[in-house]
Amino acid sequence: MGRYVIRRLIQAIPVFLGATFLIYAAVFAIPGDPVRALFGERQVAESTLNAIREDFNLNDPLLVQYGKYIQGVFQGDLGRNFRGRPVWDIITSAFPVTLRLAVTAFSIEIVIGLIAGVFAGLGRGRFIDNLVRVSTIFLVSIPVFVLGYTAQLLFGVELRLLPIAGLRDGWLSYVMPGFVLAAGSMAYITRLARTSLVENLHADYVRTATAKGLPRSRVIGRHTLRNSLIPVITYLGFNLGELMVGAIVTEGVFNLPGIGRATFQAVLAQENSVVVGVVTILVMVFIVSTLLVDLLYAVLDPRIRYE
Amino acid sequence: MSTLLPQADRADVPPAAHLLAVEDLTVEFRTRRGVVHAVNGVDFHLDERETLAILGESGSGKSVTAQAIMGILDTPPGFITRGAIRYRGTDVLTLREEDRRKVRGQKIAMIFQDALSALNPVFSVGWQLGEMARVHRGASRSEAKRAAIELMERVRIPNAAQRVGAYPHEFSGGMRQRIMIAMALALNPDILIADEPTTALDVTVQAQIMQLLAGLQDETGMGLILITHDLGVVADVADRIAVMYAGKIVENARVHDIYARPAHPYSEGLLASIPRVDQRGGKLEAIRGAPPSLIDLPPGCSFHPRCDYRRDNCTRDVPPLYEVSADRGSACHYWQEVLGAQ
Repeated sequence: MGRYVIRRLIQAIPVFLGATFLIYAAVFAIPGDPVRALFGERQVAESTLNAIREDFNLNDPLLVQYGKYIQGVFQGDLGRNFRGRPVWDIITSAFPVTLRLAVTAFSIEIVIGLIAGVFAGLGRGRFIDNLVRVSTIFLVSIPVFVLGYTAQLLFGVELRLLPIAGLRDGWLSYVMPGFVLAAGSMAYITRLARTSLVENLHADYVRTATAKGLPRSRVIGRHTLRNSLIPVITYLGFNLGELMVGAIVTEGVFNLPGIGRATFQAVLAQENSVVVGVVTILVMVFIVSTLLVDLLYAVLDPRIRYE
Repeated sequence: MSTLLPQADRADVPPAAHLLAVEDLTVEFRTRRGVVHAVNGVDFHLDERETLAILGESGSGKSVTAQAIMGILDTPPGFITRGAIRYRGTDVLTLREEDRRKVRGQKIAMIFQDALSALNPVFSVGWQLGEMARVHRGASRSEAKRAAIELMERVRIPNAAQRVGAYPHEFSGGMRQRIMIAMALALNPDILIADEPTTALDVTVQAQIMQLLAGLQDETGMGLILITHDLGVVADVADRIAVMYAGKIVENARVHDIYARPAHPYSEGLLASIPRVDQRGGKLEAIRGAPPSLIDLPPGCSFHPRCDYRRDNCTRDVPPLYEVSADRGSACHYWQEVLGAQ
């Protein structure tokens, strides 16, 4: 197991290099001159612009630029944005906001998604099942920003139950964005849990558990649920990363100063070091969460062994 | 066994009652394509120390009968529409689910065809064996583990103490079936239903498992219902045979009688289809035609489309189970002719 973890972490190095290079190249390829755009309509001497370009290595070819950037990263220097603010500073101030948002959404989708999925699976074909199936289709098919603005209007403006936007109300500020961010994945988890449970309820070993004379609560709680959770756990591993990405829209709608909004602004300003810095953090979250999921597999299913 | 697993209290049982009596059992499955008549009025009984083989091909209703007795029928779509299942005189179909549950596993236990899928893959075998003592007897974890090791030794699994924490996939097919048997016997049930216990195993292992079952039956005096399509297995261990066809028992007899002279054309066909060493090179006998659809059973005798003894009334009149002799029945209008033909 220890060797497996180390091997997986070593495998993360090429993933890290590849991902950062691709992102760097993508931002490099965006048309337009970011330095001139800094000054808007104002007239600036070409020599000034060139000095700034030189300062940010923008006159170098792509590979040289990337090489200088990576060299800095390995020395602990993630670079600065065009206004001179260190990227590390941007990340450390924005990341906690996104993390709190993602954890809120993650908790919501696990708790509600699993409960709804289990009830739908146990009551297959009955009212509760149909209700869950219709409402999950509804949630999956609504775009996040429609859901976000509707929720703001309903719960914030009309009912005045929750803060509409911003971060002034502590953890309460995260409730509505958390629900909006979680909505799609929650519906997906519900369906996954339902299908998996229905399938497992007809498994031979569940029939054995019933034949052993166990109470129904134990047949389902101990013998069926654990096996049914395996596909849900797989999905959750990817989902943590998905939530970070989804945060770009959600943070925009709810005006939260998190990673998503920082990324969006940096892309608009073509600030390569900021975009790559932020996205690298996201890549790391992906790598670590999929590793955790793979390790959780072995706990849930003893047939899986890491050699 | 330890004091955890006491023998059933048998004092209050009237001596006349059979250990198990199934009367007019009728099971149907309500599906989209129509009602599947899986079991159509089955009667049989079982006494202590007795082995009853229920013989039949796939779809004859033998497994559904077993599931109905255990109370593990998938409902819906399966429904018991008629009949009684009497355990020591009490109709278990009239019991509340909570009381029924206490019969399952403790009084009537069951083992299945494929032990790998019948054991839960994510729990150790010791945990699954010990669960019986924990749930039904309130045993502690350490007591349950000790009971599990004892059970594994009882079904002759080598190194039981070391292997108690292993998972089902770490055992061979024969060892897994032994574990299933150990689990079924954990609470010393009065009746064991074995649903094709050796079908998934190698021939050599099959014999070991059947020997083990026979030995355990001698020790405990339980009644054994052996569900199978394997005539070879039946001849070795069964006392009586019930032959099922299209959800009905078509012949019911002592094992020697039926092997010597079958009294139903279907039993006759089954016995004739066994390949014999002394007739090598000869043509293998097969019953012509195919079993009927259980949604749309033929009128009269279900077997008449495939029967060589068929007369006009076979397509009209459903044959009752005629009494051939004291302990023998045949559901054929012309059973005397079938008996006489040999």
